[in-house]
Amino acid sequence: MSRFNRRVEHLPPSGIRRFFDLVIDAKDIISLGVGEPDFVTPWHVREKVFYSLEQGRTSYTSNWGILELRQETAAYLNNRFGARFDKDEILITVGVSEGVDLALRTILNEGDEVILFEPTYVCYRPLTELAGGVVVPVSTPSLKMTADAIQQALTPKTKAILLSYPSNPTGYTIDKAEIKKIAQIARSRDLWIISDEIYAELTYEGEHFSISAIPDVKDRVILLNGFSKAFAMTGWRLGYIAASRDFLQQAVKIHQYAALCAPIMAQYGALESLRYGLGEMQEMKKSYWRRRNYMHEALNAIGLSVNKPEGAFYVFPSIEATGKTAEQFAIELLQQEKVAVVPGDVFGRGGEGHVRMCYATDFNLLKEAVKRMDRYVRSLKK
Amino acid sequence: MHEIVELLQKDARLSPEDIASMLNKSVDEVKRLIQEMEDNGTIIKYCAVINEEKLQTQKEKVIAFIEIQVTPERERGFDAIAERIYQFPQVTSLYLMSGRYDLLAVVQGETLKEVAFFVSDKLSTLDHVKSTTTHFLLKKYKENGTMLFKQPKLERLNVTL
Repeated sequence: MSRFNRRVEHLPPSGIRRFFDLVIDAKDIISLGVGEPDFVTPWHVREKVFYSLEQGRTSYTSNWGILELRQETAAYLNNRFGARFDKDEILITVGVSEGVDLALRTILNEGDEVILFEPTYVCYRPLTELAGGVVVPVSTPSLKMTADAIQQALTPKTKAILLSYPSNPTGYTIDKAEIKKIAQIARSRDLWIISDEIYAELTYEGEHFSISAIPDVKDRVILLNGFSKAFAMTGWRLGYIAASRDFLQQAVKIHQYAALCAPIMAQYGALESLRYGLGEMQEMKKSYWRRRNYMHEALNAIGLSVNKPEGAFYVFPSIEATGKTAEQFAIELLQQEKVAVVPGDVFGRGGEGHVRMCYATDFNLLKEAVKRMDRYVRSLKK
Repeated sequence: MHEIVELLQKDARLSPEDIASMLNKSVDEVKRLIQEMEDNGTIIKYCAVINEEKLQTQKEKVIAFIEIQVTPERERGFDAIAERIYQFPQVTSLYLMSGRYDLLAVVQGETLKEVAFFVSDKLSTLDHVKSTTTHFLLKKYKENGTMLFKQPKLERLNVTL
């Protein structure tokens, strides 16, 4: 008998061990390897939570989350993205990470297939496999998701399509026309759509189009979102699922046994963010937008070519011109120039030949990092 | 235009090249807009924000906030008396206020005595000045949106996916 769960044993550790061991304790480096804002949570949110603690709000909450937060979340989704959610269609989770896990465990049976566009954030594949599902990866040369790519991956076992847009690691989003086609596929094939839209607010080209706003697929959409990125609240671990009542009635069973409820302090912080934090959030977004513009121009100028990312705070340039693999590039850049970036192959199919850089970093440090990358890239040509 | 101002207010040392790339504009356009704002007085000057407590070589300055009640003048309102006050080099800022007093002057001097003397001898003796109340500044925490004490650094892991 195996000592550990076989599925867990077979999971690869996140990322590439060799590179991550090098970078994790490195000192005096400029890190573009992070996946979070460079803003502290706005003061009014922190201050509100001090107050909630003074009031002695330290108990469990309802499994579903506190009522006002669910009401406020539904109203926010409806106002911002034209969805039509009711408070009973909101479940507050411990970050979007828990939401992904709940969504997959609630719908998957052994051998069910989930279509996943890669490169993508690293949690979807292992969580699908832990839930007994099978990932069917799809990719496109442009790194932008298309309905066509999904169409080609459909099999009789397909159970769900997993979307994540704007994308970590590429910063690309999915165009509205493609979203509509994907919704059409899901409807005609009776599929679930799990849509992780954590970066929705950080969309710089046009407006974010949530698939949950399409009325005739709303009952098959499991929308995941949270407060980490746009509201600069990564450490609070607070997210939510917006989905149909019958889905949530099942999902809450797992949530109540595995997590009970999200931490009450974080829930009060999130409530404050939704009520009074939208202005400050727009200011942060503007600041990312400026740095995106700079990085896009600067990277192309030093020969790391990339299309303009449309959202999030990542840029995913091609490093093919250097002749290095993504991992070689990342290791040498770290060792020679003390700049950390993430090798693209970590994010799955189509990621090799690219590296992810996070531009949620002080502007002067970004400039210095570009200067050093330029020096490194030039050194390869000699 | 105001986006350029916003950036320069945060960091006046940003180059036109940096500003252009951040705002998706051409360098020439940014240079032209800055020049325009300098010419028409929108941008008055560029300066450094200093935490004076760290300037150990300099002798400590005394700063006072003076509330001034005045009698406004026919046709010129508060402007004439304000001008008489702000022309003194000791007055580093002057504001017209609503409420219990009319003008708020920030006065700077070498010593407490010097500031007190300036108020009693120069300010309060001006025609139209009815009364003054002097508050000496003890400590600065934040000025023009900038916290003057080192804030804790945002700690992030080197890599998160």
